[in-house]
Amino acid sequence: MGKMVNMVINNKNINAEEGMTILEAAKKNNIIIPSLCHLDCVHQFGSCRICVVEVEGAKNLQASCMVTVQEGMVVRTNSERVKKARKVLYELILSDHPKDCLNCSRNQNCELQKIGELLQVNECRFEGEKSKAMLDNSSPSIERDASKCILCRRCVTVCNEIQGVGVLNAQNRGFETYIGPAADFPLNTVNCAYCGQCTTVCPVGALKEKDSTQVVWEALFDKNKRVVIQTAPAIRAALGEEFGYEPGTLVTGKMVTALKEMGFDDVFDTNFAADLTIIEEGNEFLERVKKVFSGKKAVLPMITSCSPGWIKFVEHTFPDELDHISTCKSPHMMLGALVKSYYAEKIGIDPKDIFVVSVMPCTAKKFEITRPELKNNGYPNVDAVLTTRELAKMIKEAGIDFKSLEDSKFDNPLGLSTGAADIFAATGGVMEAALRTVYEIVTGRELPFEKLHVTPIVGLEQIKTAELKIENPIEEYAFLDGVTIKVAVTSGLAGARKLMEEVARGESPYHFIEVMGCPGGCISGGGQPRPTNDEIRVKRLQAIYKEDEGKELRKSHQNPFVLKLYEEFLKKPLGHKSHELLHTHYTKRGIYNEYIE
Amino acid sequence: MSSQVKQCKCRKETEQEKYERIGRIVDEYKDREGSLIQILHAAQGIYGYLPVELQKFIADKLGKPLSEVYGVVSFYSFFSTKPRGKYTIRVCLGTACYVRGGKKIVEKLQEILGIGIGDTTDDGMFTLEVMRCIGACGLAPAMMINDTVYKQVNPDKLQSILEGLR
Ligand code: SF4
Ligand code: SF4
Ligand code: SF4
Ligand code: FES
Repeated sequence: MGKMVNMVINNKNINAEEGMTILEAAKKNNIIIPSLCHLDCVHQFGSCRICVVEVEGAKNLQASCMVTVQEGMVVRTNSERVKKARKVLYELILSDHPKDCLNCSRNQNCELQKIGELLQVNECRFEGEKSKAMLDNSSPSIERDASKCILCRRCVTVCNEIQGVGVLNAQNRGFETYIGPAADFPLNTVNCAYCGQCTTVCPVGALKEKDSTQVVWEALFDKNKRVVIQTAPAIRAALGEEFGYEPGTLVTGKMVTALKEMGFDDVFDTNFAADLTIIEEGNEFLERVKKVFSGKKAVLPMITSCSPGWIKFVEHTFPDELDHISTCKSPHMMLGALVKSYYAEKIGIDPKDIFVVSVMPCTAKKFEITRPELKNNGYPNVDAVLTTRELAKMIKEAGIDFKSLEDSKFDNPLGLSTGAADIFAATGGVMEAALRTVYEIVTGRELPFEKLHVTPIVGLEQIKTAELKIENPIEEYAFLDGVTIKVAVTSGLAGARKLMEEVARGESPYHFIEVMGCPGGCISGGGQPRPTNDEIRVKRLQAIYKEDEGKELRKSHQNPFVLKLYEEFLKKPLGHKSHELLHTHYTKRGIYNEYIE
Repeated sequence: MSSQVKQCKCRKETEQEKYERIGRIVDEYKDREGSLIQILHAAQGIYGYLPVELQKFIADKLGKPLSEVYGVVSFYSFFSTKPRGKYTIRVCLGTACYVRGGKKIVEKLQEILGIGIGDTTDDGMFTLEVMRCIGACGLAPAMMINDTVYKQVNPDKLQSILEGLR
């Protein structure tokens, strides 16, 4: 802990750590100062001034989120002057706000509303000229409604600094200011990765996912459709937050019950396909390694492909490096492809009558399902993607009292999974799951880590690396004896850019890289409950590892239903059927989409 | 001989040469703190205006996103994303000028020139803009044509002022 200073807030003597802001010091001492633009660990900009306080000796009110504590400082957070100022500031924001809360997607979950309640504002003395409604619904993933924007610029920080994409910035000046792409280009014409990280930090209804709940209801009400739903590994560790559970509460069983009550015909688990991905991707990796070690042409490092935000980013930013990306489809696309082939055959239903819904922690997956290359026999592998937030809304809309639900289990044959699949939700998880299987294929022995966790690649650091020395491999892999396999893991697109720059220069020392587009991995994807901060990330991660450790089977190649699938249908990893159904290719885009127009 | 030299001087810089010159300026300024505005200034000086294509070129060379460069260009009124005329007419719409007929002047100019605010005449002669305040409140309404300030402008005289420049 740093040096402490003594100060007074609202007549209370307080000890605060040097370097803290007044806002933080107050919070630590249970004094609530309303704040709007400020976002813990992410964004400190000082633009809304809702957090102003009176500091003795200072002429003007001070923004408490920007000013650090000083020895002997005397602060008042609730004087008449402060309260008046905050009200005026708030009313000025409202004067240019649509205020159609009742039909706004953020109703009851809006930081602007919350501040209004906190300040007890019950009038709106100013009615100003309204910014023009600038609705951008050009993209399948993200919807931007600039008329609701309060110019806090959290999204700018996230998009530029954390994701390193830089699609959003402040444009124009004064009353004409808006936050968005250059020249008001629609989102679907720029290099937006559709990661949705901006939607998780937006305090209001200005940035959100494109709604898919309507099409899913329609499918559910259609008597001729068999509606199949699958849920990603990260949903079970976060959905509970939407119903008042503590972050990190696993609600797997209740979630499955809710989906059945809503009328989905089959409730499958994307985890099943995560296990399948490990078999395909692990074998793809070994193929590449074999070729490289025998002097044939193959590209290393191989990079994971399950995060569609990452895929879109790399297609825009490093269009010449796409052969590094594993050809495996993302797990939910694999599952969709299997539902409309393997499963359709099994139950004797025409794939055209099947509607596949994926519940994903992700907004980029809404775009992914529209890719023309992700179709088989003319049918898209997946028909609709709901975010975790959207699923919660639908459960509420269905009148289901989530907390009182009993647990139930996923349906088979596409519902069983091993612990390796659970950790797909966490940064480092796909790599760990792959290593659990690949190491065993190569050496015949279990991965030599305690509890099977590759600890150097667990956690929230931006870039993590690990080395694994191969000793005494089985005969087929004798050429790997004594070889050290180097892997790297990153989450968030700024980290991905760093690793890719190395790859592009031909200087990457790694054999295998895992990239997840969102910081922390899918557990804090762009479709997850708000808010997401590091504390919540850690709790969701812990839940995911708990789910993994609680399973009897923890390695993908042990999944009996996956083994059966190969036996009955796919025949072998990377075989003909796999290539047709489970693998894909990528599109060169370029930063300005110059390759595709 | 002398005519040759003259010819050489008058030869128009090609598009590519302009880009190259701007590229060299970017390289020179790139690592200096807050250099974006200076670079854009110089680029507008060379190219006349800052079309999105040129902004992309500058953004790429600086390793910055286009949205950031465009954000700066759209923030400052002295940057323009459209070609400018030989003469830029800026009509003051500060409080004093507004009250004393500034708006009338804008309307009249739009009528005479047949263009909207921010646009340029087809013959490349005039660009019409409005400004907040040019500091000539005492002699409102005022306007500027390039660097010359015109005070107490009479809307009926506008036609002849413009004729004088043609
Ligand atoms: S963003 Fe918040 S305050 Fe604005 S209309 Fe929506 S719910 Fe209401
Ligand atoms: S979705 Fe991601 S890349 Fe697109 S604007 Fe939002 S933060 Fe930026
Ligand atoms: S879009 Fe949302 S996050 Fe971005 S500046 Fe506006 S209110 Fe803030
Ligand atoms: S929260 Fe401090 S200025 Fe916005």
